[in-house]
Amino acid sequence: MAKVSLRVVALTYLLFLLVLPVAVICWRTFANGFGPFWDALTAPSAVHAFQVTLQVAIPAVIANTIFGVGVAILLVRHRFVGRKVLSALIDLPLAVSPVVVGLALILVYGRFAPIGGWFADRGIDIIFAIPGMILATIFVSLPLVVRAIAPVLEEIGIEQEQAAWTLGATSWQAFRRVTIPAIRWALAYGMVLALARCLGEYGAVAVVSGNLVDQTQTLTLFVQERFGNFDAQSAYAASFALAVIAVATLLLIQLLRPKEGTR
Amino acid sequence: MIRASHVCKNFGDFAALTDVSVDIPTGSLTALLGPSGGGKSTLLRIIAGLETPDSGTIEIAGADSTRMSPQNRNVGFVFQHYAAFKHMTVASNVGFGLKIRKRSKTEITKRVNELLELVHLEQFAQRYPAQLSGGQRQRMALARALAVEPQVLLLDEPFGALDAQVRKELRAWLRRLHDDVHVTTVFVTHDQEEAMEVADSIVVMADGKIQQVGTPDELYERPASDFVMSFLGPVTTLGGRLVRPHDLVLSAEPVDGAVAAVVERVVRLGFEVRVDATVGGQPIWAQVTRYRSQLLDLRPGDTVFVRVLEPAASPVG
Repeated sequence: MAKVSLRVVALTYLLFLLVLPVAVICWRTFANGFGPFWDALTAPSAVHAFQVTLQVAIPAVIANTIFGVGVAILLVRHRFVGRKVLSALIDLPLAVSPVVVGLALILVYGRFAPIGGWFADRGIDIIFAIPGMILATIFVSLPLVVRAIAPVLEEIGIEQEQAAWTLGATSWQAFRRVTIPAIRWALAYGMVLALARCLGEYGAVAVVSGNLVDQTQTLTLFVQERFGNFDAQSAYAASFALAVIAVATLLLIQLLRPKEGTR
Repeated sequence: MIRASHVCKNFGDFAALTDVSVDIPTGSLTALLGPSGGGKSTLLRIIAGLETPDSGTIEIAGADSTRMSPQNRNVGFVFQHYAAFKHMTVASNVGFGLKIRKRSKTEITKRVNELLELVHLEQFAQRYPAQLSGGQRQRMALARALAVEPQVLLLDEPFGALDAQVRKELRAWLRRLHDDVHVTTVFVTHDQEEAMEVADSIVVMADGKIQQVGTPDELYERPASDFVMSFLGPVTTLGGRLVRPHDLVLSAEPVDGAVAAVVERVVRLGFEVRVDATVGGQPIWAQVTRYRSQLLDLRPGDTVFVRVLEPAASPVG
């Protein structure tokens, strides 16, 4: 009996928090049929926002993948002074509010800050431009790849790599032919997770982008701006697109997860 | 020949190796034997280049390889837990070293097939390591190490993770394999029976130092210390010195050099009989044949006379 009531509570909770809002979005998106939805989604501003989102998310995921693999190997395979500090710093983005991250980036890379000024003198704008948005997105999704692969690296141990060395492989060959294949599913999982986080990021990007329509507007910023300007149909359509992407990523994650540990 | 000269290695406060010097002749099958923590695995890993010594040098076939990276040493290394490449088939595992050396596809296939035949895994070529038993995985690891025709084959407790039956089979098999392949082989073990059965020569190590080097017979017959003697086989104490229980002769009548003992217990272990007794209150045990035991008709409480069969197997030093 207790089990059943617990289930009812859990489902009701999820119904009001998750299912109902998403369902209403779907319903509102298609309230006037498929035509208006498609028009809203293919409007120049929406398409541009989608392109900006990809321009920001893809470099961020690539950067986090390279950095994540490097740092995970450093944390798992090496013992050095400051290792614990590094490990704690990696998790910082999970604790700090994205808005704070955005503000901090402006203070360092803004036009009137030393580093930002140096770049501005050379014609490169970081803040209120794509580079700053990429930086902000990298920051908020920093720990995801590291934390996905570190436990797997720990589990496989170093002996396979050592065996490869004694068989004549250089460190790079051992890394490419032995380490990477051994962590590939964890790496894929971490990358998908990071991609989902990058596509959905709002706070940090909102601060550093300046939300310039048709210039630095990502899909999430587009939703917010359209909604504020009473263009509900566009907001609903873009929200629906984001939700579909999120569900697709979740399914992908579910597909990748059980493969972990087999073979 | 592998020559270690004055090798020292510390892990923090722990001295794993202290001034270790040893020559391992080309073509031999040598066991590094000793209790765990004695430094034998560390020495093996230093020979392979997986650890660097704090001081001292390693020569392989006349060349100083102390600072050489493992990939240039041309050694084969077999790990206790196999270190199989889990994402590769058995054939790809065995062919890994050849692929790294950029050999042609046909050459790799030919060599891999030869090796799989040698280790009796021909029918498993397309399986993955997870589909093999422990003994099969270790044979695969051995074939992988042999594929690159190493100057030296190093095995770190190769049978340590296997169950008793498989371990016995693989020991005999390793001995036969060495008789066929003749590669200089060094294996680490803490099992004296394994070392005695498989190796031509044994290096006994304890506390980071070499205790004695010799053939199994030399070590058994003329141990350099009480430690080596007690590590290599059963011992008991008579008159303050270590003796082998099977070197004790029991007789019903007093004879020259024999001391009186009181029988405590007689245990029959098949062909052998173990006799527990006390000499002046000190426990002692002797190993006699079933025939001898029946002749003496030993019972608890009887008095027998014990002497050491000469030439005595007592420490030389």
